[in-house]
Amino acid sequence: MTKNPVQNQPLVKYEKVSKKFDDLEVLKGLDLDINQGERVALIGPSGSGKTTIIRMLMTLEEPTSGIIKVDGTPLWHKEVNGKLAPADENHLRKIRGDIGMVFQQFNLFPHMTILRNVTEAQVHVKGIPKDEAEKRAITMLEKVGLGEKVDAYPLQLSGGQQQRVAIARAVVMQPKIMLFDEVTSALDPELVGEVLEVIKEIAKESDMAMILVTHEMDFARDVADRIVFLHGGLIEEQGSPKEILENPQSSRLQSFLKRFLSTT
Amino acid sequence: MSWDWEFAIKVFPEIFNVIWLVIGITFGAYAVALVFGLILTFARRSSFKPLSWTVYGFIEFIRSTPPLVQLFFVYFALPLIGISLNKYVAGILTLGIHYSTYVSEVYRSGIDSIEKGQWEAARALNFTKSQTWSKVILPQAIPPVIPMLGNYLIVLFKETPLLMAIGVVEFLQKAFLIGADHFKYLEPLTIVGLLFLLLSYPAALLINRLEKWSNQAYGKGSR
Ligand SMILES: Nc1ncnc2c1ncn2[C@@H]1O[C@H](COP(=O)(O)OP(=O)(O)OP(=O)(O)O)[C@@H](O)[C@H]1O
Ligand SMILES: [Mg+2]
Repeated sequence: MTKNPVQNQPLVKYEKVSKKFDDLEVLKGLDLDINQGERVALIGPSGSGKTTIIRMLMTLEEPTSGIIKVDGTPLWHKEVNGKLAPADENHLRKIRGDIGMVFQQFNLFPHMTILRNVTEAQVHVKGIPKDEAEKRAITMLEKVGLGEKVDAYPLQLSGGQQQRVAIARAVVMQPKIMLFDEVTSALDPELVGEVLEVIKEIAKESDMAMILVTHEMDFARDVADRIVFLHGGLIEEQGSPKEILENPQSSRLQSFLKRFLSTT
Repeated sequence: MSWDWEFAIKVFPEIFNVIWLVIGITFGAYAVALVFGLILTFARRSSFKPLSWTVYGFIEFIRSTPPLVQLFFVYFALPLIGISLNKYVAGILTLGIHYSTYVSEVYRSGIDSIEKGQWEAARALNFTKSQTWSKVILPQAIPPVIPMLGNYLIVLFKETPLLMAIGVVEFLQKAFLIGADHFKYLEPLTIVGLLFLLLSYPAALLINRLEKWSNQAYGKGSR
């Protein structure tokens, strides 16, 4: 075989991935590819496993079975003599550097200024010199509209501002893929727009892949190349935003969207 | 027996001079408690079960036996197996290790109060384990418990008379020696009480201040 392993290879590949929490089977053999630079929106009812899918990729949750590959390398496994063994922290760290995440609850470091929040990992994880890291951080913070707030502490900011800092903190690390877990659902309604705008802006400017878990269908339509609808631990239907939102095939997706559009 | 001012003024400097020794022992033991307490906290959290169970047993054992017994054990029994410590070292280590078990509980409460999201954010940014502790967890876990830690400094200070049992001449022993020389105990013992008060009370005030400060740090309460 002479195929080039890098070309046309998906950036992230879930192969028959299952996840159980005790007796609760949340994912039942998920197969999902994310291409380089692709933006995928995950939608589905509460409890369908959307968060679990991205948390496994962020190495916050270990799959019960199956393989997740990043750039062709198994994330949770290490090849030892041609066999797959559980990965150790070193292996996870190596791959985790390509992945970034923004959380529902922002999770900024409250004891650090905004600037340090966005600088700390650049310096200590990527080894970027401090003054350069600060320059990049300030550029990034200006991009998300918070150039004025570099010396403030997270608790002095509104939720929308905190979430924009969290986005800057993750994006400044230049991951190959960014994960967004319902990043506006903890916000007051009037603050949702500013955060979604920032994400759209970043999506436009960069070529990072993104997985966006969201309940904002208009946002998904704007940003996503593909929408994946999950139900009962499996992909029920997927396609372009147009296909999924305007011409849903399965009755579950149809009723999901109907409920959704009527509640928003 | 009535209060003798002249005698009190004469012996005050003699007792007061012991202050440096007492402060030295207090801070020495406190340093041991702070450092060893942190080690116990980490060991207790270890995923290697035999270690965390052993440490759990050790902590329970130390807490449920009197410090005086531990002091005698360290000073009189350890030499039998070849570990001889001078009385100051024995005193500092015993008090320090005894209070490390309480200090470790204080650390634990501080660490447990950190939200899961902080650990996860540190992980998502790819910090190493030790960076996560030193840059994210401990800087948040420790400040709120500084007042509690400070209280143990005062408690420890008040425990120093225990060391007279192994011949350390701290405040109380000094007062007894002076009292025995002159057959007058009222004045030296009163002075000792006064010195404890004079040192403990400002320390308690300081801790109060720290508590207020830590409640306001990092813009808490400003929104
Ligand atoms: N750590 C955990 N322990 C036990 N059960 C869990 C855990 N994490 C998630 N679950 C359960 O797994 C199921 C799927 O959770 P998940 O958070 O992935 O769903 P979701 O699609 O993100 O839902 P939502 O839209 O409500 O965020 C839920 O029933 C949830 O209660
Ligand atoms: Mg979720």
